[in-house]
Amino acid sequence: MDARRATTTVPRVRQVGFFTPNAPPTQPSRTQSFPLDSNSPSPSNSPASNSLLPVMIPPPRHLSDNLAHRATSPLPVPEPSAFRRRFRGDHVAVVGSYNPTETLLGASPPLASPSSRVIGDGEFSEESSPGWFRRSNSAKFASSFSGGFDLTSVKSSETLGFRQDQKPVVARSKEEKSGAAVVEPQINKGRSSSSNTKPLKEKTTKAERRALQEAQRAAKGKNVSEGVSSSRPVKQKQQPVQKKDAQQGAPSIAASDRKGGELPSEKERRKDAPPPRMQFDDKSRVEKAKRRAVVNQTEARNRVELFRHLPQYEHGTQLPDLELKFFQLDPMHPAVYKVGLQYLAGDISGGNARCIAMLQAFQEVIKDYSTPPAKSLSRDLTAKISSYVSFLIECRPLSMSMGNAIRFLKSRIAKLPLTLSESESKASLCADIVHFINEKIVLADNVIIRHAATKITDGDVLLTYGSSCIVEMILLYAYELGKQFRVVIVDSHPKLEGQALLRRLVGKGLSCTYTHINAISYIMQEVTRVFLGASSVLSNGTVFSRVGTACVAMVAHAYRVPVLICCEAYKFHERVQLDSICSNELGDPDAIAKVPGRMDINYLDNVTNKDNLQLLNLMYDATPAEYVSMIITDYGMVSHDPTHKRACHCARVYEGALVDIGKLVTNWRMLCLSEGSLSSGSLAWDTSGTILDIYGYNKRLTKNAQFPSCVDAAKLQMD
Amino acid sequence: MADTVQNSNPENNNNNNNNISAYYQTRAAHHAVVTSDWLAQAQAAVGRDPDDSPETAVPTVAGKPFSVIDEFNSWRKQPDLAEAVAAIRALAAVIRNCQATTMMELEIELKKASDSLKSWDTTSISLTAGCDLFMRYVSRTSALEYEDFNSAKSRLIERAEKFGEISCKARRIIGMLSQDFIFDGCTILVHGFSRVVFEVLKTAAHSKKLFRVFCTEGRPDRTGLRLSHELAKLDVPVKLLIDSAVAYTMDEVDMVFVGADGVVESGGIINMMGTYQIALVAHSMNKPVYVAAESYKFARLYPLDQKDMGPALRPIDFGVPIPSKVEVETSAWDYTPPQYLTLLFTDLGVLTPSVVSDELIQLYL
Repeated sequence: MDARRATTTVPRVRQVGFFTPNAPPTQPSRTQSFPLDSNSPSPSNSPASNSLLPVMIPPPRHLSDNLAHRATSPLPVPEPSAFRRRFRGDHVAVVGSYNPTETLLGASPPLASPSSRVIGDGEFSEESSPGWFRRSNSAKFASSFSGGFDLTSVKSSETLGFRQDQKPVVARSKEEKSGAAVVEPQINKGRSSSSNTKPLKEKTTKAERRALQEAQRAAKGKNVSEGVSSSRPVKQKQQPVQKKDAQQGAPSIAASDRKGGELPSEKERRKDAPPPRMQFDDKSRVEKAKRRAVVNQTEARNRVELFRHLPQYEHGTQLPDLELKFFQLDPMHPAVYKVGLQYLAGDISGGNARCIAMLQAFQEVIKDYSTPPAKSLSRDLTAKISSYVSFLIECRPLSMSMGNAIRFLKSRIAKLPLTLSESESKASLCADIVHFINEKIVLADNVIIRHAATKITDGDVLLTYGSSCIVEMILLYAYELGKQFRVVIVDSHPKLEGQALLRRLVGKGLSCTYTHINAISYIMQEVTRVFLGASSVLSNGTVFSRVGTACVAMVAHAYRVPVLICCEAYKFHERVQLDSICSNELGDPDAIAKVPGRMDINYLDNVTNKDNLQLLNLMYDATPAEYVSMIITDYGMVSHDPTHKRACHCARVYEGALVDIGKLVTNWRMLCLSEGSLSSGSLAWDTSGTILDIYGYNKRLTKNAQFPSCVDAAKLQMD
Repeated sequence: MADTVQNSNPENNNNNNNNISAYYQTRAAHHAVVTSDWLAQAQAAVGRDPDDSPETAVPTVAGKPFSVIDEFNSWRKQPDLAEAVAAIRALAAVIRNCQATTMMELEIELKKASDSLKSWDTTSISLTAGCDLFMRYVSRTSALEYEDFNSAKSRLIERAEKFGEISCKARRIIGMLSQDFIFDGCTILVHGFSRVVFEVLKTAAHSKKLFRVFCTEGRPDRTGLRLSHELAKLDVPVKLLIDSAVAYTMDEVDMVFVGADGVVESGGIINMMGTYQIALVAHSMNKPVYVAAESYKFARLYPLDQKDMGPALRPIDFGVPIPSKVEVETSAWDYTPPQYLTLLFTDLGVLTPSVVSDELIQLYL
């Protein structure tokens, strides 16, 4: 630990993995969910910026650094987790499908069905539903996010009081990607009293804010130079190194945590340049976020060391608290509030269901929306939605699919023709939402089902893990087609969602085998196909899914059983992630400490609060692309290859940004080269986290005998 | 048993009913040497070609109604013409002979023709892929905006012919692209007879590269014998191996060259039986496996394993009667997964297997 600390503190860079979501120079990359939020704020005015945001830039680190970080884990880990949706920690088996009927079939609490959620009144009843108290999740999360980005949400933030103020800085740093950004953090360190200026900023225009900040900066710069804490000088030195992370305002989190008491000045500095995603190992920031948060959460006592960067709270305390505040939160639309509570309680789970619930709530919001006097619909509504989104994040972190949906909605709002009247705009937005749900989710699923059914032949033994609504639909469809096959459902504690699926499948007459993941290596011998759902598919082909999926895929790969991932295209994300640590969601630790229905297994009953016990209930894991044979999306069956088109696309989007960043780059690294050689379409990342698009070049590199020269070029870059 | 069925008439429209792959029948007819006097036959085949071309080049459909399949078969008789190109030419002829008076009618007719071609031989991946690509290429044109139907039609014909030409040139392009990979003194292992691979080797020989070739026998059609014969004519040192000697000789080999019947979305290939095991052996010995395939062989298929596609059957002559209780594996192709392939030489450039799916998406979306 000590050794590691030393390393981490020095560079001040927080990220662990290369690819981790920390998006250095350009914020968008940081978190998917964010981009949306973030967009809205500063550049929000320009639709173009919105569209750009989705792309992520991988963090710059060297491999070795990463490893070090990882090993020692806690602090430096970047926290992409924001997007990752959190799972509720409860055992309630809520059916994941967005299809209401399916949900009802399951063991889920009455309110679980997504369709019902929009209705304004169900909140209290929901709270009483069995699962609610188990869910927890980080209020803090949300605040960190929104804090970073939301300028637009000013209004709402003021009222709600949970927003951070620093957005302007972030926004700015984004704009002046490189040079200015580097300087900023240092200056900001010195800031102590900037808080009062913020309200001003929020109301002023971008230009004004900028000017204001420049002035402040200058003032602060002086302070800084006068020297503050001993620790600071160190940081300053390193910043240049990490310029990549312009926004990285909170680079020192790791260091500060360890030290325990940070210097006040450091705190201030951090405030000024908030990182987009909150690292929960940063005490001061967590404190602040807490103050702003709508949802009150208590920190878990024994936090798992490796996952300190993720929010870990006592489960079960938030709901009653939120309930009490119901009447104080006027600006929150009831539909949104309801969906938030349902997320919190775990009544809605499953990527599609949550996404649809959210979109329908936003539809309600738009219907009830009227533009305040002297404001423009596109800006005000975007801000409003951003504030709702941050509330939802507090209830439970967004999934990537939800992030994509929000991004879609915001870009729609931004692109509304000015000539439209308010009612027309609203109608068009509502129609857009309906289209999104129908085309990207419902129709997409139909297409996927059809594709997948062609891969099922008579005599197959299909294995699935947990409960994925899309896999369930595939199995039922193939069964209706009269295919003769057998299903193996593999399940695991603590959720045992597979049982709900098993019940429905058996009810339909399919022949099923049910087993726990402990028996996976035995059962895999007789399996011919593995069908898995996914929370999202990242651009390097990594599949993010319910924890345990990676294990199933790995065993299947070892037995040479094809692994088919079924995932709608809207769940694809540009991020790249190598492990499950950086970004994840932690469930209720109690869920794994107790075995439901077994009173005799009570060994942990009085031990859970002991300091030397850390319970880790991880919700997701990352399945590396090499274990995946095929990804079935609505666009057809695609190869999982890391040189995925989306990755390339994302690189292209960033080309513009590269121009600025390129000036700073001295050290290039080739990272993502497929199979370790300069063989295929691939991305090159430099140490500062920028992407060099060599894809187009590389793809045809051997044409016209360019192969050798290209290899040289690549080597040059690596040197 | 299927192995004893001798369906020597590849033009038989019903040969799907016998489960015999017309594609492999044609291949055998064109490239295989089934008897011991293969030399004479091969020469006879070569001698016949020049006669074939002029006669087929004039797609005359005098009195009898035009049929795509007949047209296709007449093109197909030329050993140098790939099946997909034959299909493309046949479809172009459909447009030319079309009596339709509106674009919609023409399109429907074209679709019908391509469907009948595809169903005529479902085992030929390149035929299916060629038809699909043609439909994409031809129908994706601004021709539909022409007001005059005849000008639109002539534009379509023009495009169709251009596409046919591009496809014809593909082999030569691949030959050029691959030259950088053949170095003096190398030993190349080839499997069966592939026109593209032969083109590659021929180009290398013409450019005075010094290399030697190991040819597998290519049972049951023994197409490898034909290749070794052709190479010997070019003065390239050739060694013939029986198919089971691949692993034995692999340590002498510098690279493996194979053709492909189809390139699938995963980046893997479907090719003559035996390709997979050669790729496996080469992979385990770290020898590069290069695939030469024209882009019209890119098919929208994604097999997960060997049995994931319907088999293409062909008769196998063991020379002795096989007891009826003995089952014979008569599948003509196997699927080689992308991880065992190093590079694909196509007329789109030299691609890694992973880029294939990308190209496919661009071709089809």
